[in-house]
Amino acid sequence: MASSFSQISTIPLSIHNIGKSFGKQSVLSDVSLDVNAGELVCLLGPSGCGKTTLLRIIAGLEKQDSGRLMMGPRDISRAHPQDRDYGILFQSYALFPNLTVAQNISYGLSTRNLLRSEMRERTEQMLELVGLSAIANKYPGQLSGGQQQRVGLARALAPSPSLLLLDEPMSALDAKVREHLRHELRSLQKNLGITTVMVTHDQDEAMVMADRIALMNQGRIEQFDTPENIYRNPATPFVANFIGQANWLDYQSTSQGKAHLGPLSLSLDNIPDGGPGRLFCRPEALRVDNLPQASNSIAAQIVDKLFLGNRYRLTVALEQLEDQHLVAEISTDLTAMPLNTGRIWLTLPSHSLQAFPGAAA
Amino acid sequence: MTSVQHIQAEPAQRKALLKTASAQQLDFLFTRGVKALMVSFVVIGLALPLIAMLGKVFDVEGGLNGVWQMLTSSRFMWLVGNSVKVSLSTVALVVPTAYVFAYALQRSWIPGKSLLRGIALLPLMAPSMLSAIALIYLFGNQGLLKAWFPDGIYGFSGIVLGQVFYNFPMALMILISALGMADARLYDASVSMGANHWKTFLNVTWPGTRYAVFASSCLVFTQTITNFGIPVVIGGDYQVLAMEAYKSVVGQQKFSEGALIGSILLVPALISFAVDLWMRKLRGSQVSSQAPTYVAPSNRLRDSILLLAAAAVAIALLSLVVMAVAASLINFWPYDLSFSLRHYDFESSGGVGWLAYRNSLLLASLTAVVGTPVIFTCAYLMEKTSSGWLDGLLRLLCMLPMAVPGLVMGLGYVFFFNSPSNPLNGMYGGIGLMVVCCIMRFLTPAQMTATTALRQLNEEIEAASLSLKVPLLTTYRRVTLPICLPALLEVFRYLFVSSMTSVSALIFLYSPDTILAAVAVLNLDDSGNIGASAALSSLILLTSAAISLMLYGLSRGLLRHTQLWRA
Repeated sequence: MASSFSQISTIPLSIHNIGKSFGKQSVLSDVSLDVNAGELVCLLGPSGCGKTTLLRIIAGLEKQDSGRLMMGPRDISRAHPQDRDYGILFQSYALFPNLTVAQNISYGLSTRNLLRSEMRERTEQMLELVGLSAIANKYPGQLSGGQQQRVGLARALAPSPSLLLLDEPMSALDAKVREHLRHELRSLQKNLGITTVMVTHDQDEAMVMADRIALMNQGRIEQFDTPENIYRNPATPFVANFIGQANWLDYQSTSQGKAHLGPLSLSLDNIPDGGPGRLFCRPEALRVDNLPQASNSIAAQIVDKLFLGNRYRLTVALEQLEDQHLVAEISTDLTAMPLNTGRIWLTLPSHSLQAFPGAAA
Repeated sequence: MTSVQHIQAEPAQRKALLKTASAQQLDFLFTRGVKALMVSFVVIGLALPLIAMLGKVFDVEGGLNGVWQMLTSSRFMWLVGNSVKVSLSTVALVVPTAYVFAYALQRSWIPGKSLLRGIALLPLMAPSMLSAIALIYLFGNQGLLKAWFPDGIYGFSGIVLGQVFYNFPMALMILISALGMADARLYDASVSMGANHWKTFLNVTWPGTRYAVFASSCLVFTQTITNFGIPVVIGGDYQVLAMEAYKSVVGQQKFSEGALIGSILLVPALISFAVDLWMRKLRGSQVSSQAPTYVAPSNRLRDSILLLAAAAVAIALLSLVVMAVAASLINFWPYDLSFSLRHYDFESSGGVGWLAYRNSLLLASLTAVVGTPVIFTCAYLMEKTSSGWLDGLLRLLCMLPMAVPGLVMGLGYVFFFNSPSNPLNGMYGGIGLMVVCCIMRFLTPAQMTATTALRQLNEEIEAASLSLKVPLLTTYRRVTLPICLPALLEVFRYLFVSSMTSVSALIFLYSPDTILAAVAVLNLDDSGNIGASAALSSLILLTSAAISLMLYGLSRGLLRHTQLWRA
């Protein structure tokens, strides 16, 4: 297709030491983040962690108290929103209700010295891109939630921004539509190669969509890493608790690669000698047998058993540690043994145990 | 999701950057400029006149000692006593009646709600004197039902009845909106716990509306104590403070005394304003926006009683209006009851009637045409943009008109604009200053209407358009205004009708060429020409009602036309 448009520019975004407070309350403190060109980074965290504020600062809709923002080589720390070259998709989509789908999409093109034919051509491209050509003349109020989201996306992308910001884009959708649109949005972003920052409080969404996740808590980034690393090697107890399910065991001291928990000792792959702390382990890493294994096997009683289709979720009480319960998830296929109440042997593989020294609950 | 390779950027990057730079300047000018203009407008149109009036108090003979003597004189105490008595009686009659009426409109299944509502709002369409004129025709010396008031209608009972009529719709509107907001879940909970109607009312309805009852009581009290049109017409020998202030400035040229009474009348207004603000804060958002709205179940007994009560009130209100209009069409009350239009030629009054009517139309149109865009744009910028300290100042200034009664504002204008040392002195007596005065007087309620409409819009529309590099002014024009058109028409209607019927401030500002209809009503009655006075009141009433109906029709048509996207 003959066109006067050039390829979208993929540029990195870097955020240096951003600080922000509303009155006395600090919302962001010393937040730094480097987003690579073409990458999708999720800002994930509980409500009130500052993720939306950070996105609004990137968009220039809030002013940071300190710190710098760079878009490629450009310092945009003090630039007005109009000067920043990004497209944004809001949680509410913020479509213009009195304009048609096509008029919504071409809204940002009207100020760009384009010929009428160029504008129309571009609008048609965008309609096609999000698969809405058939409903170009409808009004937002006549569309489904998923369609509205696509209009919002097409409107944001129409002026060819170098950066795409997504503010909880899925939260207004039904669970079923959400699943489908996650994949659609992700593959569109990948194909365009546009640098993207997305805010979400939904860990599944972040896991499925992000190249890297910045997990935030109380105005700080707890960990910035790939979904896999965040899940497998949480940097802090908060991360471990926030993503997936976690088991915790308090220990009193460590020596010679072992953590000592009252009468028990468990070996870990990586542990320096030291004082008390907490051990962390995912439920699916635990093994359940009716005989003790070579190492790290503990006698336990099954307290509760839930059948979840593809797996069982067992709650077990450790015999040697009073009031200590652990949760184990085991595949229904792999379990030959009858899981009734009574003694079992719980194995905590040394490679799946992680120690957080000093972090006693 | 195809043809990804077509997603491309434009070449004219530099051109676009230049363009956004100028768009930013435009936005800056638009936001700051309008806000700064508005600040200076309110300062000149309200703050300075108010200060001028307060300053005038010190001109009282004998200084502070003189002020003290005046305040403690037996005549002054008598005036204060009369004013308070009238105002409290009015509150006691208006608020309970309006509550029942509002309850009938919002919490029942009675028929004819929109008719009842329309009748109840009629008093707002005419100057306050209309009720007093009608009362004289009904119960006065030559009245139809003179026997109802053996002691005569002139005086306390006449003033109170007139005030009740005039204040009813204002109290009603506050109570209607309060009774319209109710969380259905609370009612379900109450009923499921076995509470009867009366208990539910005490435990759910009353707590949800008592603030509105208090707010409407404050409003009615303030309105009544500062109104002088009704006492001038029907007060007879029974005098009140507001009338005294009017007479001392207009009749006797005793400016400092007028200023002193004006300052005193500011006190209840300021108190009720402060209490209102405090209550708003206290209440916060009592009903969350997600709460399902309560719809009262039908109940035949309750609905019959409510219908009877509401109909009785509506008939009483309507009969006063009908009386005034009918009286204006009768040749010579009560001796010759034949139909005649002779009161409408205003000949006995030197033909001032039609001039005044034309002036009023001009004033009302100018106020609405100028005021609507100014007030709406100001509300928009206050709601959707931030400009640091300017916002706080503007917010404060825009609340101020609410706390200043019309009488006080008018006195302030006399002292400020009529002062020879004021460079704006030339505006005094002109229609321009009256337009400014009207916009100031009705600024706060008009702005609240605008703000309410603007708050219903998606909060992120402005942010979205900024990200698309579209100037704010464009989005305001292309998106905000079209969506808010019904609210815009409502602001227009409010400004038009209010300016058409208002007397209190404007009576201090006219010159012989710019006399207004509502002012002429008072003057005609003062000179004993009650027939012409009734005719002119009816004319104002009909004009206001016609404009309101027209704008209502326009708004309805507009909604139908745009319902495709208003879904």
